[in-house]
Amino acid sequence: MSGWRLERRVSPSALWSASVTAVSILAALALGGLLMALMDVNPAKAYFEMLRGSLGSWYGFAETIVKAIPITLTGLACILAFKASIWNIGAEGQLIMGALAATAFVRYSRLESPFGILVCMFAASAAAGGLWGAVPGFLKGKWNVNEIIATLMGNYIAACLMDLLLYGAWKDPASMGFPMTAPFPPGARLWVFAGRLHAGLFIALVLAVMIHVTMRRTQWGFEVRVIGENRKAARYVGIGIMKNIVLVMFLSGAIAGLCGMSEVAGLHGRLSRGFSVGYGFTGVIVAWLAGLNALLLPFVAFLMGILLVGGDTLQVVMGLPLSSVQVVQGLILFCVLGGDIFRNYRLIRPRAPRHREAV
Amino acid sequence: MDVLIPILAAAVRSGTPVVYAVMGEILAERSGVMNLGLEGLMLLGAFAGFSATQSTGSPELGLAAAFAAGTLATFIHAFLCVTLGGNQTVSGLALAMFGGGMSAMLGRGHIGETIKGLMPFDFPLLCRIPLIGPVFFRHDVMVYISFLLVFFLHFFIFRTRPGMNLRAVGENPRAADAMGMSVSRARYLYTLVGGGLAGLAGGYLSVVYSQMWVEGMTAGRGWIAVALVIFGIWRPVRAMFGCYLFGGIDALQLRMQAAGTSIPAPILLMLPYLMTLGVLVFISIRSKSGILLGAPASLGTPFRREERE
Repeated sequence: MSGWRLERRVSPSALWSASVTAVSILAALALGGLLMALMDVNPAKAYFEMLRGSLGSWYGFAETIVKAIPITLTGLACILAFKASIWNIGAEGQLIMGALAATAFVRYSRLESPFGILVCMFAASAAAGGLWGAVPGFLKGKWNVNEIIATLMGNYIAACLMDLLLYGAWKDPASMGFPMTAPFPPGARLWVFAGRLHAGLFIALVLAVMIHVTMRRTQWGFEVRVIGENRKAARYVGIGIMKNIVLVMFLSGAIAGLCGMSEVAGLHGRLSRGFSVGYGFTGVIVAWLAGLNALLLPFVAFLMGILLVGGDTLQVVMGLPLSSVQVVQGLILFCVLGGDIFRNYRLIRPRAPRHREAV
Repeated sequence: MDVLIPILAAAVRSGTPVVYAVMGEILAERSGVMNLGLEGLMLLGAFAGFSATQSTGSPELGLAAAFAAGTLATFIHAFLCVTLGGNQTVSGLALAMFGGGMSAMLGRGHIGETIKGLMPFDFPLLCRIPLIGPVFFRHDVMVYISFLLVFFLHFFIFRTRPGMNLRAVGENPRAADAMGMSVSRARYLYTLVGGGLAGLAGGYLSVVYSQMWVEGMTAGRGWIAVALVIFGIWRPVRAMFGCYLFGGIDALQLRMQAAGTSIPAPILLMLPYLMTLGVLVFISIRSKSGILLGAPASLGTPFRREERE
């Protein structure tokens, strides 16, 4: 190896970046295939079934979009926080809190007008998710408490709160012991169309554009990026670090909270345990894969949706457990991270030793 | 006293797997590599330990397999973070996901199956000391080894030359490099050993503590371990007390559930996470000017020899 060295690419081209990501994902799928082969599963057949299950029919295609909606939302939540170099790993807990707030509103409010109900559910879920994010944000800004751990603990605490309600006061007596609430009344449902698609799709797309524009075109977006890239410089030019960290975490949590609301009020029409299959963590991956680009994110989320719907198909058709999707997600993250070095560096071949000057 | 002693003893037992994971993480982080994958490594170790014990009938081999599984999986992390200089946070999260998924995938046919694991025995002489004996010396051999490990690591890190080198690599890799140490070799070594200890921590859970395989059986202990390293300000003995504090809360809530209190189980289950958050906030408030006392200065930063800052 002696003589080989890495040289930093000053600004890797978009084409190069994209091809590196593509090759990385293919490498991850190849590794996943290798693991399947080790488990006596034919990888070619498995991937074919995944594609057929997700893109092979209108139902599968719609289902892929249904999965892409929450992933886009949690991914946007992560992008916002990651832009400020704050590792919000707590989208899972924040979306649970959003779903809890929306459900609480459905159960306890006496509002009659459907429009009023929707607006209040919107606000309640965003506020609950936002607060669940703002607390670690405050702890980070004020005392530099590690936000990764704080948000992760928030996930576990939120899950416990949900269990408390679903096994207790909110349990549907007609659910035969299954931890879920009674179905929401029709007035408290988001607009559902074309089978299982719902208005969450538009929330996700509108937010993606809004976040993109905010980050690229507004002063506040610029400030957040400065905080993310160089916190010292931000402090030096007088950007309020504490205020902005809390705000970023509030908004990040609020988006995740909306995600929880859109899942319970749009897709499921009730709150049930396990309504989120780790969307908070998938959000971390898609945010990273999209290179923190909010406009690119919905497409990446769609690809991840193929993986999730395909995973469901594999479970039914080939008996592979759903956890294999988690394995592939981990592999994708590993490979994209490994690919990063080729994105940002070029390997220089060792040259013939230079003629040394005579001493 | 008669009420307290069983709880304290249970705290030690319940804290022991976290002790192994925390000691491993201290080694890795002291060398400058943050490994957030503990949760996944513990799950992999737990399944490897369970599986090896089940097929060989030997809990000792099971624990060895757990250590090996942790080391092997950490190799990915070490390669990405040390050789390629990748982002340690992302790699650690990927490791947590990969390990969790892998263990669930491999273990799906074995959920709830039990094995015959290590049995406790009274440590000769020491078990007769009042209070100390029943709390610390009536456990299994892995608990006794964990005591030795903690004090050995304290001695190693602060009192030996390799330990000093380890700290140098973590504090100032450039200076360590100039002194002729191999930064990447040290980082590989300690990250891998640390990952092995995390695997062993998982093995303790399945082979000794519950003697069965349950999907996701670590229940966040890996993340709690990461927090306890910060609480212990990267010092083995101090971190050990954090682990027993966690163990105490865990033992207490289990006992209260078993005793059938009117407090709902989810509230009791929430306590360890709340406590972890609490101690993390406490230690962060106490540390000055935002920089944690004792945090290795190069933690999380890759070292590239050919690049100068």
